[in-house]
Amino acid sequence: MEKINYQNLRIDAENICVDYNGKVALYDANLRLKPGQICGLVGMNGAGKTTFFNALTGFVNISKGKIRINGESVRSAQKDQTIAYVPQNEGIDSQFPISVWDVVMMGRYGSMNIFRCPRESDIQAVKDAIERVDLTDHLSTPIGNLSGGQRKRTFLARAIAQRASILLLDEPFSGVDIRTEKLISELFIQFKNEGKTILLSTHDMIHVREFCDLVLLINKTVVAYGETSEVFTPENITTTFGGISPDFLFGPES
Amino acid sequence: MELCSFLTLDSFLTDPLTHDFMRKALLMSSLVAAVCGFLSSYLTLKGWALMGDAVSHSVMPGVVVAYALGLPFSLGAFIFGVGSVALIGFIKQKSRVKEDTVIGLVFTGFFALGIVLVSKIKSNIDLHSILFGSPLGISLSDVKQTIFISLLVVILLSIFRKDLMLYCFDPRHAKTVGINVLFLHYLLLTCLSLAAVVGLQSVGIILVVAMLITPGATAYLLTDKFDNMTVISVLSAIISSLIGIYVSFWFDLETGGSIVLAQTFIFLFAFLFAPRYGIFKLKKLFSVYK
Repeated sequence: MEKINYQNLRIDAENICVDYNGKVALYDANLRLKPGQICGLVGMNGAGKTTFFNALTGFVNISKGKIRINGESVRSAQKDQTIAYVPQNEGIDSQFPISVWDVVMMGRYGSMNIFRCPRESDIQAVKDAIERVDLTDHLSTPIGNLSGGQRKRTFLARAIAQRASILLLDEPFSGVDIRTEKLISELFIQFKNEGKTILLSTHDMIHVREFCDLVLLINKTVVAYGETSEVFTPENITTTFGGISPDFLFGPES
Repeated sequence: MELCSFLTLDSFLTDPLTHDFMRKALLMSSLVAAVCGFLSSYLTLKGWALMGDAVSHSVMPGVVVAYALGLPFSLGAFIFGVGSVALIGFIKQKSRVKEDTVIGLVFTGFFALGIVLVSKIKSNIDLHSILFGSPLGISLSDVKQTIFISLLVVILLSIFRKDLMLYCFDPRHAKTVGINVLFLHYLLLTCLSLAAVVGLQSVGIILVVAMLITPGATAYLLTDKFDNMTVISVLSAIISSLIGIYVSFWFDLETGGSIVLAQTFIFLFAFLFAPRYGIFKLKKLFSVYK
């Protein structure tokens, strides 16, 4: 078995537990990801996917265990803009009076001064990010007037503008059009080549097989973790989804 | 009133300005309206209307105690305002009672405590002016306090304008990029308590929540840009204050109530005729100009 070099790990979560006022949401969860790896996070609603993301970003505190991001604490990962979180479409207030440009600029806030005055480099980063997700025609469009796919791309652009080395994506493919789906999958390949690490949650089993090198099956704790080809078996999926067979969940041959 | 019969617009506007107390009331109320209007954008977007109601009612015992002890009333109000929010958070976390229920029971408890204290302390506290505001009878020390608090809130909101917007919009992202979300949470609460304190002089404790939510709600119907929303919110708050005071002067009406009614009418106007989000979509009527 090859020896793991902990310094080279982007994400190293060891036996982490999260509870909300005594209610356990996640326990004894482990995850190790290297640069350039794409990992799928699969589980039922309420299985702890969002909690896992929240623990990695530091949005909730872990009650046990240890998280190292690039060998450092979550706190310094926050300071270094290491992690970008791309929320679910349902997780944001689409009626908020804010434009595409302003949302993407928020990706730069962490590295700006206290007044958040954009410098030339910030403006350039935002321009480039918006161009990469193909929204240049919608710079000043309020996010409320965008389609689901365009909104998803806006938040992807925010993550790009942030120049994070780790991307956490909550259901990146839900409620998006085919064009966005194609663009996201192209971006994933680019991110991989740039050495970024991606952790994405999804309900779609086809996407897991298509993009993910690794898969993490969770149901309050890790059910199985490893190479997609080895771990993503009907038996493991059945266990993850509480005994319901994958055929029933996703149809045969999925 | 016989005055009304020969009023011209000119004298309608200028006559009240001959009175010292009216000039002071107009200036102070505009200042207070601007502060509350500024904050209002954040509260409506954050969904803190009920929180605004809670804090503004909870400052009551603080005001009474401060008066009785001869301290600045803003200090007492501030302590009880922030205290009520801390208590709400504590009870919510330690019990199974739902949040809106906790908010309701905490602020009514505080408010009741205030009323009981007023009846017991029997100093020269004017219950009526606390409950319904007294912009026409504002004292010099109150003026100083109001100016100081207003400037403080405006400066804080101006410095952290963008961070607070991010906090309202996507706190998770804020946290992820290392912005201190807990600080922003308490900053917004602090500003809310302070704004409630200055607002209650204009319209009183019972109606101050209107100053904190109506201008923001009106602006929200009129624009899709956050900066514009803040400007519209502040302007509509100031205009409402001026209209309210003039109307109450000429028709001898309760001033606080008049100010809030003016705000409500402006909101209703936006609700009906806002270009994009109004019921009748004024834009369509003027589409020939586009």
